[in-house]
Amino acid sequence: MSKPVKQIHLAAHFPGVNNTTVWSDPQAGSQIDFSSFVHLARTAERAKFDFLFLAEGLRLREQNGEIYDLDVVGRPDTFTVLAALAAVTERLGLAGTVNSTFNEPYEVARQFASLDHLSDGRAAWNVVTSWDEFTGENFRRGGFLAQEDRYERARQFLSAARGLFDSWRGDEILADRESGAFLREPGPGRFDHHDGQFDISGHFNVPRSPQGRPVIFQAGDSDAGREFAASAADAIFSRHGTPEAGRAFYTDVKDRLARYGRTRDELKILPGVTFVLGDTEADAHEKAHLIRRQQVSGQTAIRLLEQLWNRDLSAYDPDGPLPEVDPLLGEHTVARGRASVRHHRDPLATAAEWRALAEAKKLSIRELIIEVTGRQSFIGTPARVAEQLNESVQTDAADGFILVPHLTPGGLDEFADTVVPLLQERGVHRTEYEGTTLRDHLGLAAPRPVPSPS
Amino acid sequence: MPENPAPLHLAVALDGAGWHPAAWREPDARPGELFTARYWADLVAEAERGLLDLVTLEDSLSLQSTHPFAPDERTDQVRGRLDAVLVAARIAPLTRHIGLVPTAIVTHTEPFHLSKAVATLDFVSSGRAGLRVKVSGRVDEAAHIGRRAAPELSFEDLDTPAGLEILRDLFGEAEDYVEVVRRLWDSWEDDAEIRDTATGRFVDREKLHYIDFEGRRFSVRGPSITPRPPQGQPLVTALAHRGEPYRLVGRSADLGFVTPYDAADARTVVAEIRRAQADAGRAEQTVHVFGDLVVLLDETPGAAADRLARLDRQAGAALTSDARIFTGTAAELADLLQEWQHAGLTGFRLRPAVLPHDLEQITRHLVPELQRRGAFRTAYGATTLRGHLGLPRPANRYATHATDAADATDATRATDATRTVHA
Repeated sequence: MSKPVKQIHLAAHFPGVNNTTVWSDPQAGSQIDFSSFVHLARTAERAKFDFLFLAEGLRLREQNGEIYDLDVVGRPDTFTVLAALAAVTERLGLAGTVNSTFNEPYEVARQFASLDHLSDGRAAWNVVTSWDEFTGENFRRGGFLAQEDRYERARQFLSAARGLFDSWRGDEILADRESGAFLREPGPGRFDHHDGQFDISGHFNVPRSPQGRPVIFQAGDSDAGREFAASAADAIFSRHGTPEAGRAFYTDVKDRLARYGRTRDELKILPGVTFVLGDTEADAHEKAHLIRRQQVSGQTAIRLLEQLWNRDLSAYDPDGPLPEVDPLLGEHTVARGRASVRHHRDPLATAAEWRALAEAKKLSIRELIIEVTGRQSFIGTPARVAEQLNESVQTDAADGFILVPHLTPGGLDEFADTVVPLLQERGVHRTEYEGTTLRDHLGLAAPRPVPSPS
Repeated sequence: MPENPAPLHLAVALDGAGWHPAAWREPDARPGELFTARYWADLVAEAERGLLDLVTLEDSLSLQSTHPFAPDERTDQVRGRLDAVLVAARIAPLTRHIGLVPTAIVTHTEPFHLSKAVATLDFVSSGRAGLRVKVSGRVDEAAHIGRRAAPELSFEDLDTPAGLEILRDLFGEAEDYVEVVRRLWDSWEDDAEIRDTATGRFVDREKLHYIDFEGRRFSVRGPSITPRPPQGQPLVTALAHRGEPYRLVGRSADLGFVTPYDAADARTVVAEIRRAQADAGRAEQTVHVFGDLVVLLDETPGAAADRLARLDRQAGAALTSDARIFTGTAAELADLLQEWQHAGLTGFRLRPAVLPHDLEQITRHLVPELQRRGAFRTAYGATTLRGHLGLPRPANRYATHATDAADATDATRATDATRTVHA
């Protein structure tokens, strides 16, 4: 018996505050005007995508002690823009990244429950942690978490928030005019949560929302992150460069689910990927090359290199060879407010790899950075890209993809117009939404509500 | 014909099924829809048809209660509500003119988050955002957040030295909070985004500013992650009943809501706010003071009073409120509003006792009555909330002189339309 054909889940990432978002292109629009969000969301909905995804960053990035000025700067508040988008879309899921370090469970739970009500069941929460003192300087509580505590805080935060989401069963409101009973019983939404991070109790004030609780995303890749996702997430926003690495990750994470009494369908794995389309293969690759050069200017290459080297490299020529000096070890002082600097676990080893690569391929600094900072990308004609996406999903490298366009707000238009119809023809992407909620789109069951007290 | 100092401003305060606890039992109430977007969108659309300046949306971090500092056990009243900022954002794309002013509890939330949320509301509404700051002394709210304990309070305690100290502390913190929010709105100069392909710079970092706020309770570094919003500074409002809150309005707000019981009381309250304003060096600035009234309106004399009596019987108790409760016809209310306006109030925030009934009475009867008297606009003359209220777009405190001039031009543009309406 052959394996059933999997449906491809597709989502759109609003182009972010990063060098991959090209602002110097004449077609680049505003990253802050609401019309840009409307355009991207409506395009994604037209293409019957599962959801629109927003990233987060709670402090402007700095490098060498100054605000970083080479990338797009400035973004809206996640909840506010998603609630407004609920008014101009009907089915598209609305996923927001919200940090568990500089918020409190009661606030975040009521914001997501409110968003779920206001969107008729389309809310998703990408739970992330941030622990740095640098970001903490923007918050009245200040402070930061030790790196090793971050998943513990996230786990307890999510557990507290789940307790709040589940504190209303869904049948409390009678609104019976005749008897005068608005509530079935007094004091709904009772909760009590006490652990190492939170000591809270009382009554949650938002009734159970259409999805029961929002869809939960998680984005970490460490062992602790994978375990956290396997225990508590509905979907993972992953990042793996090759189909082989994707398949290894997929198998590893799906294997962990049984430990928590969950089936392999209860957690979707959705890598963030880029794409470039062309009329011919050669045309697409040429466009991809030009885009990479827009994304990594000479200045940007030097700045990205500094993020590994942890020292000022402004005196180096981006078109010249790599620095002969080694990265500075110890506390990272050059680039602040970036998650990416944490990916370089062993800077000396990475620098040695990069030197070897540059040597072998005769690459300048800029060429090297273009080579090593690319993420998984689908490049080719629409037919070829459709085939590759489908191949990845059918061979269990992913359940679908979060597409990261390089242009705001029109970066998804061509994909929606050319690739999506091909996937629909193959029968691997919906032509109409079958359900109304994001859980419906992702094929996730409604969360089991807590039993009524007997 | 009474002397008419200036057209008055009108707002409505939306909360649940209306401000009467039995409102949800009325035949045209929609108690099963209080948690849907459609319900709120319909109400705000009605307010916009009435050309009102703004709506406020109530909020709290606890269940509604008849007890001021703790939950209650009642099952016969509306309980549960949605986050007001999100409701406002959900409505913004469906409306074009009306100001949207959600309530935020500043005692327990982060000024950084609220600043970007209201700035974003200003972006998604093209310049119609405001915010109502509310302090919380509730013990149950403090336990929901778990960050700090709230002292046990009663209304009687508020006038004791210890009670006054607690109020000073809560409102002092709120004043710091508003200062932080405003500095964050200014932390980007209007032209900070340069997209200079020649130098490869997206922003001019000289036009992004650390706010470096150091207060007694908290500090915030900045700058905001969200650019300066369309109004420069969205409208800051607060409800005030006594000394400390009056000082907050005078020192920090663009608009205060107050609850006088007659015209003489209104005069006293306005004078107290103007004093606080002058003491804070803001005498030259426009600070609106709106009178709050709970209203029940019907077309025939006596009908609204009869309706109130019926609602009270259903609720099992006479309606009480911090604000005066008005029953009567639209013409009778128009008389009272004009009388109180002469006492120095610049507008009114009406709290409809029953939704949608009393809201429709406001938009379909009170507004036309005031228009007949030449006391209210007949069309929206501005596109921003500041514009409706005749407030300029504020200059950025961090901007250089060249930018100040540009701001002044914008401010002139923003207020021109309003002036036309007022003329």
